[in-house]
Amino acid sequence: MYTQALDVQGLDAAAPVDEGALERRFQARIDREEKIEPKDWMPARYRATLVRQISQHAHSEIVGMLPEGNWITRAPTLLRKSILIAKVQDEGGHGAYLYGAAETLGVSRDQLVDQLLSGKAKYSSIFNYPTPTWADVGAIGWLVDGAAIMNQIPLCRCSYGPYARAMVRVCREESFHQRQGYDIMLRLCQGSAEQKRMAQVALDRWWWPALMMFGPHDADSTHSSDSQRWKIKRISNDDLRQKFVDFTVPQAKFLGLTPPDPKLRWNEELGRHEFGEIDWNEFNQVLKGNGPCNAERLAARRRAHSQGAWVREAAMAYAEKQRLRSAGRAA
Amino acid sequence: MDPAMHDKCQWPLFEVFIRARGGLDHKHVGSLHASDARMAIDHARDLYTRRQEGVSIWVVRSTDITASDPEEAEALFEPARDKIYRHPTFYDIPDEVKTL
Repeated sequence: MYTQALDVQGLDAAAPVDEGALERRFQARIDREEKIEPKDWMPARYRATLVRQISQHAHSEIVGMLPEGNWITRAPTLLRKSILIAKVQDEGGHGAYLYGAAETLGVSRDQLVDQLLSGKAKYSSIFNYPTPTWADVGAIGWLVDGAAIMNQIPLCRCSYGPYARAMVRVCREESFHQRQGYDIMLRLCQGSAEQKRMAQVALDRWWWPALMMFGPHDADSTHSSDSQRWKIKRISNDDLRQKFVDFTVPQAKFLGLTPPDPKLRWNEELGRHEFGEIDWNEFNQVLKGNGPCNAERLAARRRAHSQGAWVREAAMAYAEKQRLRSAGRAA
Repeated sequence: MDPAMHDKCQWPLFEVFIRARGGLDHKHVGSLHASDARMAIDHARDLYTRRQEGVSIWVVRSTDITASDPEEAEALFEPARDKIYRHPTFYDIPDEVKTL
């Protein structure tokens, strides 16, 4: 069930509880790979960790509509416009699935939206970068959605049922996003020298921010150990990042493009790529709100929310009027 | 605008059930907010059937669902556990007896 609003019978019959015993039983269930559902007992920190992670994820989907939505009117063909509209609509849908999953943990949609609009909640740093050319739309699909898939596939097996089920749905839809992005890059790279250069510049712009999407190094990651014990996070940041690089470098090679990292090379002995160090200062600055587009993104969300307020209110007023009318008829 | 502004009225929550193909049961797929049931159907169409995932939608106000308590699951479902005679495999029928 996806809701906290359910009327559960027999709550008042609860006996005094031994938290330690409950927590041991909870961990034993996780260790047996059982799923935790909204009404099950869970440690407060498990609940808080999930609310933080799922809502950040939801916010990222919603803010993620902006850099690409920016290109819908200027996509080069009618088909590209239709594809981009479908993709942006999917992102909105993913945000809705995830808000729904977060709400099962006892937080309201209004609270979550407030946290985003007030700047209190974080969202993925990647969406604070600009999309100055059409090639950026291709690079986002290929790299940003590619990195997102890498992050999200293990989440389909996360211990919290509603989050895992939402992620299954998201992952099923995400593959189209990545492929349409690569398709844009492919067409540009088969085009004129100028088009190919545009694709290379977009790769230069998105390569490092995409690698940052996997988060800090394992050694510096503050939330990892609890999340791994609770099977919310199953694969470490660095392992996922390595996998992404290993998958993506041959794809770039096929396009005839070069990732902007002079230290990038194949290590035959280890059977994986070596690559340079991420600029963590840039990562932290963008996360703190000082990226190229942070202010613009939040302003766009605030504007959309306040300009839509009358619609939300009018719909509620209409529903209430209909309810009163039918109640009057029944009386 | 005050960014911490609360909506005066949060749309209520609905649970959504989709029949994937004719002949199958409606299955719970998730939830969404809508001002009324009519809008919940429209939103469910956009949210859960963008790729032909369904041929029929049910929505129900989440507050109208009564659920069993997971804390009582053992007491609730345990009585069925020792009634294995409810399953056909409980009965040993001689091999000579056919079509039974």
